[in-house]
Amino acid sequence: MENPSIIVRNISRSYGSVKALDDISFEILKGELFGFIGPDGAGKTTLFRILATLLLPDEGTASVEGLDVVKDFKKIRKILGYMPGRFSLYMDLSVEENLSFYATIFGTTIEENYNLIKDIYRQIEPFKKRKAGQLSGGMKQKLALCCALIHKPAVIFLDEPTTGVDAVSRMEFWEMLRRLKESNITIMVSTPYMDEASLCDRVALIQDGKIMKISKPDEIVADYRHELWAVRSGRFFELLSDLRAYPGIHSVHAFGQAAHVAFDKSGMTAEDLRKYLINNRHKDVVIEEIKPTIEDCFMELMSSEK
Amino acid sequence: MNTILFIIQKEFIQVFRNRMMLPIIFVVPLIQLIILVHATTFEMKNIKVSVIDLDMSSSSRKMISKFEGSPFFIVSHTSFSDKEAQKEMKKGNVDMILHIPYGFERRLVKENTAKVQVIINAINGASAGLINAYSMMIILDFNRELLVEFLSPAMLASTRNINVSTSYWYNPKLNYKTYMVPGILCLLVTIIAFLLSGMNIVREKEIGTIEQINVTPIRKVQFIAGKLLPFWIIALFELAFGLIIGKLLFSIPIIGSLWLIFLSAAVYIFVILGFGLLISTMTNTQQQSMLVSFFFMVIFILMSGLFTSIESMPVWAQNLDRINPIAYFIRIMRMVMLKGSDFHDIRDSFYSLVVYALAIISFAVWRYRKVT
Repeated sequence: MENPSIIVRNISRSYGSVKALDDISFEILKGELFGFIGPDGAGKTTLFRILATLLLPDEGTASVEGLDVVKDFKKIRKILGYMPGRFSLYMDLSVEENLSFYATIFGTTIEENYNLIKDIYRQIEPFKKRKAGQLSGGMKQKLALCCALIHKPAVIFLDEPTTGVDAVSRMEFWEMLRRLKESNITIMVSTPYMDEASLCDRVALIQDGKIMKISKPDEIVADYRHELWAVRSGRFFELLSDLRAYPGIHSVHAFGQAAHVAFDKSGMTAEDLRKYLINNRHKDVVIEEIKPTIEDCFMELMSSEK
Repeated sequence: MNTILFIIQKEFIQVFRNRMMLPIIFVVPLIQLIILVHATTFEMKNIKVSVIDLDMSSSSRKMISKFEGSPFFIVSHTSFSDKEAQKEMKKGNVDMILHIPYGFERRLVKENTAKVQVIINAINGASAGLINAYSMMIILDFNRELLVEFLSPAMLASTRNINVSTSYWYNPKLNYKTYMVPGILCLLVTIIAFLLSGMNIVREKEIGTIEQINVTPIRKVQFIAGKLLPFWIIALFELAFGLIIGKLLFSIPIIGSLWLIFLSAAVYIFVILGFGLLISTMTNTQQQSMLVSFFFMVIFILMSGLFTSIESMPVWAQNLDRINPIAYFIRIMRMVMLKGSDFHDIRDSFYSLVVYALAIISFAVWRYRKVT
């Protein structure tokens, strides 16, 4: 169980003068659900394309199931399922036609590996005569996942599978991924949504082509060194700048309706802060202590990098 | 091998699911043949003539009636003023002015020679040449009749005469349609094969489906074969369909062997598909591919010998035409269909196409990359 499925060593790749990946190394274990979390343009897609043998790295080596991504690309393509970020099935073919086309070009049939996809396929089976282009976003992703799984791959790469998908479908999609783990398939997934990170076995936080941290989601949260408060008030925009001006505060980030305020354990009290805010003409001030989320950790890592 | 079949199957499903595809395959050739064959004729009919008859004699009237009697000319304007006739030509109402000067008949009788003036609108050089040739024929004819009239039979017998008799081979009635249909059939097949193949792979690039295909174990040769064969079949079918229409509507002769026509077409379509494929691999969007294809197609068609004969092009253009696949195919089609040429006669063009097909397809396959 503990042998690595994917090994990446010192991979770099540039587009012209832009460094998309800068000396990246990591390992993913067999059967692991491994997440890449990072903003747009962090280099996630480049990394996925290199591991999917679509792009050659400038430097470094990478292997999938012991096969080199440059030399053994033909063998890798047989054991690999890839779901690009952009929907890339045939819009003018029906659900069923897409699936059986991908099954046949891998030399298999839908029936042969039906077991693997049945939980997912059952949800779109009522629409199997419908053209893929007419499916909703969530259903498209389910179909794409089926097509990526139909040849029973050892490894699947999912590049932002939940981007542009509604919240319910996103949760369903992640549940499917958790279930796939039982088939001992190594899953590498990327997402810009921080809340999805906690659903992975391990996550890598990636930004500007560099991996900032790799660890289990709860460890990333446990490593958070600061105290954290969520602060709300009626005048949100001014709240952010007023908080930033307050001495002893480490960082302030906007999270929906609240500002997350991080500070070091220095005897700062909520009462002091409340008084300060009321003096600055803020009304309805609410301050509560919260536990850090992955997103807080990511913001923290991002600002310390810079 | 099976993989190729699955790709072909997929392509056919996609082609026929496209609602525009069936009309394009069946209606377009019909309309093109009907319209183009009738429209692109170089025969001149109804040439409008302005007559200035200052002589008003029986001879001059005889000459005018000869023009009126010809199927090519219509006397649409008469006057006694050069200026007026020229104005008509400027307006575009007449194509030619026939000027018969005063004293035409008298000079004919007294001096045995007389002059007429023919002025032709030569904006279109080719048609001006034709108008000139037609009017010369009529005037010569008029001349010959004069000889008969004025000379005694004895004198006529003693005049030496070279009698030229002309017969038109391979197209005895000088039927323009017979000449055009094979060429237009070539165009039809070319357009279908070129555009479909040129748009196809680039379409997968544009939509992004190629990403998914590229990570599968499909080999690029399989992928390309699976992409080209459907269009090869469609284009050959198109040719068969066009030939049937040509036979039924224009009863064009097909003197040579049908097998030879289809054998040449089979090779030729590979050349065109290879061209399309090459453009497909070099462009990233359907729009780019469309524009590049169009650029090549216009040059190839205009230089193909369909409208103007290759022999009358400058030498450099004739040399340039060696890389024009349409020129080879039109030559083969005309030779086989109208002349009944056999393989031996067309072998040079045929082997050129074979070499061309091999070269361009290997180049295109080499250019196509699954990895960037």
